[in-house]
Amino acid sequence: MKTLISNVHYKLFKSDKMRLFWHKNFILAKWSARGWALVRAVLVIGISFIILYPLIVKFSVSIMDERDLYDITVKYIPKHFTIENYKTAWQFMNYPKAFWNSFSLSMLASVMQLISCTLIAYGFARFNFPLKNLIFGLVIVTLVVPPQTIMIPLFLHFRFFDVFGIIKAITGQKGINLLDSYWPFVLMSLTGSGMKNGLYIYILRQFFRGMPRELEEAAYVDGSSTLRTFATIMLPSAVPMMVTVFLFSFVWQWNDSFYSSLFLQKLLVLPMALSALAQNINQYYYWEYGQMTNMSPAYASMMNNTGSIMLVVPLFLIYLFAQRYFVESIERSGIVG
Amino acid sequence: MKTRKKRRLSLTSKKAIAGYCFITPFLLGLLFFFLYPLMQSIVFSFNRLEVSSDGYQLIQVGLENYHRAFFVHPNFRRILVESITQMLTDVPLIIIFSFFAANLLNQKFRGRALARGIFFLPVILTSGIIIAMENSDLMINMMRSSFQQEAQSGTAGEMLRSLELRNLLYQTRIDPRFINYITGAIDRIYQIVIASGVQILIFLAGLQSIPPSLFEASNIEGATGWENFWKITFPMVSPLILVCTVYTIIDSFTKPTNRVMTMIRDVAFQQTNYGFSAALAWIYFVLILVILGIVIGIISKRVFYHE
Repeated sequence: MKTLISNVHYKLFKSDKMRLFWHKNFILAKWSARGWALVRAVLVIGISFIILYPLIVKFSVSIMDERDLYDITVKYIPKHFTIENYKTAWQFMNYPKAFWNSFSLSMLASVMQLISCTLIAYGFARFNFPLKNLIFGLVIVTLVVPPQTIMIPLFLHFRFFDVFGIIKAITGQKGINLLDSYWPFVLMSLTGSGMKNGLYIYILRQFFRGMPRELEEAAYVDGSSTLRTFATIMLPSAVPMMVTVFLFSFVWQWNDSFYSSLFLQKLLVLPMALSALAQNINQYYYWEYGQMTNMSPAYASMMNNTGSIMLVVPLFLIYLFAQRYFVESIERSGIVG
Repeated sequence: MKTRKKRRLSLTSKKAIAGYCFITPFLLGLLFFFLYPLMQSIVFSFNRLEVSSDGYQLIQVGLENYHRAFFVHPNFRRILVESITQMLTDVPLIIIFSFFAANLLNQKFRGRALARGIFFLPVILTSGIIIAMENSDLMINMMRSSFQQEAQSGTAGEMLRSLELRNLLYQTRIDPRFINYITGAIDRIYQIVIASGVQILIFLAGLQSIPPSLFEASNIEGATGWENFWKITFPMVSPLILVCTVYTIIDSFTKPTNRVMTMIRDVAFQQTNYGFSAALAWIYFVLILVILGIVIGIISKRVFYHE
């Protein structure tokens, strides 16, 4: 009996020994856990600082007077606090108008993308039909193709918009010009082919696939139609996921300079207003004070930073509000599936 | 009875029709706003495009655009190679960092919700125009370099310099290329951190979906945390490494700061040379596909699937 026990002891695995060691030295274990907590805190705070640093710099530059930019003793806290920059940026970005255009465009596009992507994702998740895998493969392909590849045909497509030559037959002109309106965005959003819509379809499909089928089957047995089952059974539980997708699409639409510079030339949206801001101010000084005046690069950069803050603030508010949904829903959704 | 059965659709075909109804919008979009423009852009790349007020004309030029891209244009090849090497060096770093960060955020500590909120902030705040502005911004770059200088030359810097990682590592006689890679990663930490927001989300979702029973069983058997990580966490999350790699590659190829992307745009809208731009875009797209194919081929062989 005794030999058996010692044999067992002899055969203890290395990890078991380690466990015994920690068990005996519980004070040491406690301190090592604390040490790791300290290391973790340093890491988390450090990385957070790296992420927030440009934001802090932008903000502190935006409330500085121009004098402070050339003063070596001023680093992050301005000596001459001013909100003059915001006033200038407000004026030269045409902020109220650009804000409204941006807001309505992003709202319109993201709501439509949300509706179409949810429907499409549900179709892919729950029904079997011929060529399904091929078509879903194409969803992924739309993500891989850089938008620059199809940018010119799309541009021309909307410049001379026509469906099977119907408009040409009626008006005699070669299509209608849909540029400088919301139509390109509306059409692309409704058909689930807007910016990064493949990603939203993928996320939502994974979510719907993770839902138990029994719920729907019970509804079908009770005589509910397909659409009604979708609207009353599936949609309510998909709300957190949909908030996430909505947040993504709103934010990416809001910040997007690619499609908006492609389709909108006269219609002012915030990203375009921001990229033209320094130039506009420069031009204004040029007209006002004659040819020799040029804006200093530091001043231009200060204006750009102010403009960036003004672009970001609305997003920041939305993020604060939706952050909880955003983090939780991704965790639970089984995006991974 | 038989005739009735024929008239009514079977359940499977009913379901199939319903399925098609749900995805009709996508099929339309695919046709009109994806496949058709894609075909057109192939055609454009073999032509010269002249836009006038009443439409556009195509003038056939054969392979001239492609020939020009590779043999005539002064720096297309250089920029292409540079952006691909940049991508190849960045992708492993981004994957490793985001996996590490996801593990960090998956642990329990005070202020976790806040930390998560900050870690995902780049997804929101550094996309599109903002990152493009930031890259060219004078003040931010100046602040950053002065910050680095301070870290190197200040009093704290004096103490740290003797411990400076690079010199320390050089003395260990590891391959200097490897050392430069690692220290270069530390210098570009900001670019890496802001490029890994979505990947952290994906990994975090993966970590949460590992069934806890696996850990319980292995703890009873006496596994340490280290063993748990390599024998359970890592294999279970490995399919996501594939997903994240693919996402990172696509993201780095299509982000607005990518130089090939800006070049394709400039050729199209500043030089109004649509055909040439389409040819450039196609070369780029085919290269992306080839690289993606190779990467997926390599990784998917090593991935472990639970089911």
